[in-house]
Amino acid sequence: MQPAIEAGGLVKRFGEKTAVAGIDFQVGSGEIFGFLGPNGAGKTTTINMLTGLARPDAGTIRIGGLDCTGNPKAAQHITGVVPDESNLYPELTGFENLCFCGALYGMRRSEREARAKELVEFFGIAEAAGRKFAACSKGMKRAVTIAASIMHRPPILFLDEPTTGIDVSAARQIRRFISGLREAGTTIFLTTHYIEEAERLCDRIAFIVSGRIVRTDSVTSLLQMVQGREVMDFALASGAVGLCERVATAFPQLQCQVMPGEIIRITSSAGRLRAGEIVRYLEDHGGQLLEARRVQNSLEEVFVRITGIEAGVMKNEKAGRGS
Amino acid sequence: MKNLTAFWNILLKDMRTYYLKPPNISWGIIFPLAWTAMFFIKSGAGRESLCDVLPGVVALSVLFGTTSLLSVTVTFEKRNRSFERLLLAPVPLNVLLLAKTGGAILFGAINAAVPLLMAVVITDLPDMSWGVVAATVLLIAVSSTFMGLFIAVSVSEVFEAQTFSNFFRFPMVFLCGLFFPVARLPALLKPVAYLLPLTYGADALHAEIRGAGTIPVWASLAALALFCAALFAVSLHQVKRKWIA
Repeated sequence: MQPAIEAGGLVKRFGEKTAVAGIDFQVGSGEIFGFLGPNGAGKTTTINMLTGLARPDAGTIRIGGLDCTGNPKAAQHITGVVPDESNLYPELTGFENLCFCGALYGMRRSEREARAKELVEFFGIAEAAGRKFAACSKGMKRAVTIAASIMHRPPILFLDEPTTGIDVSAARQIRRFISGLREAGTTIFLTTHYIEEAERLCDRIAFIVSGRIVRTDSVTSLLQMVQGREVMDFALASGAVGLCERVATAFPQLQCQVMPGEIIRITSSAGRLRAGEIVRYLEDHGGQLLEARRVQNSLEEVFVRITGIEAGVMKNEKAGRGS
Repeated sequence: MKNLTAFWNILLKDMRTYYLKPPNISWGIIFPLAWTAMFFIKSGAGRESLCDVLPGVVALSVLFGTTSLLSVTVTFEKRNRSFERLLLAPVPLNVLLLAKTGGAILFGAINAAVPLLMAVVITDLPDMSWGVVAATVLLIAVSSTFMGLFIAVSVSEVFEAQTFSNFFRFPMVFLCGLFFPVARLPALLKPVAYLLPLTYGADALHAEIRGAGTIPVWASLAALALFCAALFAVSLHQVKRKWIA
């Protein structure tokens, strides 16, 4: 079956800086493909090249089987784009914005009004539909922006950081919309730096760091990398750095790491982690243990192992952007 | 058909959200009134001399009406990223830019109609070809709008659009023959005057309304049409180069 999206050797430079350094990937039809990486990794630049907002310096792009490398307009009728920041018209209401976006794809008036009503109902955005876009909350704006991008029923949808900067309940609702779109057969290219979001939604994930894809695989295969590992966090009142070194010496088969907030993270790559032994050791050596908890194996571990970037770094970036 | 639907809706939206707002309508009326009053006060002449000032007022109304609004609205949309929404749609770039400029062209033409209608009511206009006047007004509106587009593509902030517009507008106002005949300009400035589209627009209006043109009307209209084509081509190229970089 023909891939919905194909990129071959894509390169984008901005002056001396190479934002995307020769990436290759394919996205299957009906798949949710996650593009995961920290800020500045090249996620948005890639989306811009795929959607026609940026011209690649080298490489090829095929969307829905159409060659878009030299003609970015070739596939715009079959794609929808949700940018990282809402880009609808502030002076129009949500409903007017939806109808206007439909008109841009040549939809007739009756057709676009019917479709807009359908989407208002599907997304539950009746309040935003009657309100000027500028006066909507961030969550409402996001929902209207997603609705606007699927007015023309595109089989391929690009979502750039869809849940960044919105509250938890709005983000949860948007994840539900994305799952609903997948069930309807839409191919989704999703960029995010929320690892748990990618894990929950995506079929396959590409990790991108400094403009290069370091690994592309299915979520299941990626999670197999950390199978058999056991990880525990030990929260101490103080002195985590010193105690971490002592634990590492006393238990050479374990990997010890100090995490923010006086936490020692201990990983056993093979075999069971004996929590009791470690707790006793910590207490015998002056550690005041506040909490010990088992860390579930997750894509976060995989991401850290593959990219060498701590997930906390991305979370901080995310908080910085969201604020 | 799909492109036509997109074109019409972009034009309609811009007319509704930008050009037909009460402040712009009142500005379209006050601007020509203020310029007419200024010319009368300066010359001390009566209403029989209205035809002398009419070409200037018409040309300035179009020039300021189109460049002020287009450069600002496009820069504003680029700034808040709603212009991206247009670039992501399967509408050819030339159709898109024509739709975006269509509102400003209409607004400029309507601005020109205000002093012309006032002149019809106040005084007896000489025998003139309304078709040629309308064609001249339209071409001035199109060339000025495309100049506004060029300005919008060249700047990134809304305030820059205003200041950069003045960089072109004010020299053009003084050199195009509205205040002083081009023939009386210093030798160094005369060639500059002929590089400005408004010179040809003003001359064609002087020729039709006052019978005082220095260039054949057909030549002025042809020159204006060339300016329109060149400014549009440059703006299109700039949009591709800067906004789809």
